[in-house]
Amino acid sequence: MVENIKYANKYNFAFIDEATKKEIRRKLLKAVAIPGYQVPYSSPEMPIARGWGTGGLHVTLAIIGREDIFKIIDQGSDASVNACNLREFVHQMTNCQTTYDTSEATLIQTRHRITEEELTENQIFVYQVPQPEPLRSVERYEYRTRQMHGEADYAKMWVSLYESYVRSGDIMLGAGYPVKVNKRYIMAPSPIPRWDVPNLNQSKALHLFGAGREKRLYAVPPYTTVEALEFEDVKFHTEDFKGTECYKTGYKKAFLDELYFDDGSKHFIINDSNFLDKLVEKESPKQHENKYIKQLQS
Amino acid sequence: MNILEVTHLSKEFNLHILNNKRIESLKDINFTMKEGEIIGLTGKSGSGKSSLMKCLYRTYLASTGEIIYLSKNGAVDLVKADDHRIIDLRKNEITYCSQFLSVIPRVAAIDVVCENLFRVEKDKDFARSQSKNMLEQLGLPYDLWDAFPVTFSGGEQQRINVARAIIAKPRFLLIDEPTASLDAKTKDVVVDMILRLKAEGTSVLVISHDEYTLDRLCDRRIDLKFGEIISEEMATNQ
Amino acid sequence: MSRNADNWLLRVTNLTKIYGEPNENTVDQTGPKFNSNICPETDSIVACADISFDLYPGEVLGIVGESGSGKSTVVKLLYFDMEKTGGAAWLKPYADGSIDMLSESNQKKRFIRNNLMGMVYQNPRDGLNFNFTSGGNIAEKLIMAGNYHVGEIRGRASDLLNKTEVPVLRMDDRPANFSGGMQQRVQISKAIANNPPLLFLDEVTTGLDVSVQAKVLDLIRELQQDLGIAMIVVSHDLSVIRMLTDRTIVMKNGRIVESGLTDQILQDPQHEYSQLLVSSLL
Repeated sequence: MVENIKYANKYNFAFIDEATKKEIRRKLLKAVAIPGYQVPYSSPEMPIARGWGTGGLHVTLAIIGREDIFKIIDQGSDASVNACNLREFVHQMTNCQTTYDTSEATLIQTRHRITEEELTENQIFVYQVPQPEPLRSVERYEYRTRQMHGEADYAKMWVSLYESYVRSGDIMLGAGYPVKVNKRYIMAPSPIPRWDVPNLNQSKALHLFGAGREKRLYAVPPYTTVEALEFEDVKFHTEDFKGTECYKTGYKKAFLDELYFDDGSKHFIINDSNFLDKLVEKESPKQHENKYIKQLQS
Repeated sequence: MNILEVTHLSKEFNLHILNNKRIESLKDINFTMKEGEIIGLTGKSGSGKSSLMKCLYRTYLASTGEIIYLSKNGAVDLVKADDHRIIDLRKNEITYCSQFLSVIPRVAAIDVVCENLFRVEKDKDFARSQSKNMLEQLGLPYDLWDAFPVTFSGGEQQRINVARAIIAKPRFLLIDEPTASLDAKTKDVVVDMILRLKAEGTSVLVISHDEYTLDRLCDRRIDLKFGEIISEEMATNQ
Repeated sequence: MSRNADNWLLRVTNLTKIYGEPNENTVDQTGPKFNSNICPETDSIVACADISFDLYPGEVLGIVGESGSGKSTVVKLLYFDMEKTGGAAWLKPYADGSIDMLSESNQKKRFIRNNLMGMVYQNPRDGLNFNFTSGGNIAEKLIMAGNYHVGEIRGRASDLLNKTEVPVLRMDDRPANFSGGMQQRVQISKAIANNPPLLFLDEVTTGLDVSVQAKVLDLIRELQQDLGIAMIVVSHDLSVIRMLTDRTIVMKNGRIVESGLTDQILQDPQHEYSQLLVSSLL
């Protein structure tokens, strides 16, 4: 650890210089003030390539304080390569305490998942976003999508949902299901599974989204209404894990991963590694509450 | 009561594209028409009969003079009235039936006849039954009812044209050569139809070269020559 | 005249569109008198100027003129496809005709466009999104007017396709795979999806073969009779104008040179240019 401290001292606290941090914080304030609105920002150079989590890292490094306890997950796991490297980087640059425990963390960075454990008012949740523009699939030009957001002209998005239903009998969007924030802007909730989308609604935590390659920041402040787009007669629904359960804990009300063992047999396991660990330890972590989870029989 | 009072009506065409050549078509036309009257316009080809009729219908813009028409909503000068007022009158009161049938291609005969009726009658089936009734009286072969009139013979087109003009029972009918290419029997049917309209109060201005038609229809005749009225006479049978 | 002078559906006054940087002489030095719409002083182009007319409910108005006369510009300005340079337009069903719709915000314009107007373009690609199915294209218009019920949307779409004689079986096909006439009929379905009181038709039959043309004309005529939609028909084809319209405006070099009842324009044209137009086409 001696070496680490020496290394960290070569840099400003949290790597980014203070002027740039200020710029990012100002943009974050604007994003919080207009929930769901994409704010352009500088996206400064980082020691990792754009598109590898720089957006999330910018946000984390701009807002992290010396007292913060940092947790980072990638696809629900604390142990994946991306999470480990970024955790190590943040730790080296800030010397902040890091943790795997969701309830202990004050600042959580994530790629593609929201924790199963409920977030609190004392937590900030930071997303690494690859594509911040929910309308990109229906409109390729940026000047047009900005105009569409400005005028709340979302018919094309709705038609694409309609088309998806007509083609497949269901709205076939897995990750990144478009949501309407505060009844105004349509937002891409980064590619989190449908399972996580209802957990954004009226969440107690502050959610910040950073897209480094696309140079956009946006936010969902605490206690904001976030609704998945749905028709009056064709409703949004979460992933269906009917007839399956976590093979280690027997738990059914969490987002599950599919595992194949060496003998070819198929098993399911809870995707959120910290949540799984807690269940294995016979703790009972408080989960998010939403109507989709309630509908499930345990 | 006069439904129509025409005073000092004249029409001159100014052909800009032929070095501003001027053609005088009507000169100082004056006449009146009583409500429910049938007036025949006679005269040789080129004497201005059709021009006069078109001036009354505003297909031609009169150069000078007044055409006072007493509509259901009061007197209107058809020379100066606003286009929308004329459209309104054409829809509700005044119908013009030319010598030639002009229709949208590919509309069945029965619907062509109904066209004016559809404007007022929302019940399409009822309108069509009226139209069938009329075509039956006019002796149009049954298998032509659903065919397209563009392909019809002269006499068949003529009957469609007349039926279309009178089906909605206009208040003022301008009709150009209604019996020209019809056989004696059908001629009588058409004449009877127009007389029936007259009995219901329609005023009719008719152009014809056919003495028999004129004799049976007209209360009065106006004879034109070189764009001027040369005589106005009461019909012999009155 | 005074009896129904207040009965208009659409009132347009002094509508003007100029490209470039005009000066105060630009409008005076262009037009049919100069046989040009390019300003000699500034080189700005007067697409249309001083266009004024009233359109009545259920009325069909034709706009004729040669290519470049500004006839399409007029409807594109009124449908907000272009920004006006000057002039105003009022639509009765919008704020009871008390607000100039051309000066409204984009959001309000979108509302007017989606709820009170329809447009059929010469090229179906301008009016239809070829990445969506024909049903999806109609859905777009319905969704824009606030319908978020898939069942109702599909019901309405199949009614409309039925009315315009597009086989309902092809509702979930993309219009890219349709014939030109069928694409045009899908476009018409979309344009009338929200029962607008006003429909713009910009050269809708140009480029279709004669038999298809006749079917499209017949359809438009029928819609007009059944639904009482007021229409502005832009065409250089006088026979289209003759069959569809009650009243006609003749345009040249961006100006109205003559307006009147369609049969009068065709049989007794007053202006030199209208006489030329009529005599060269009949």
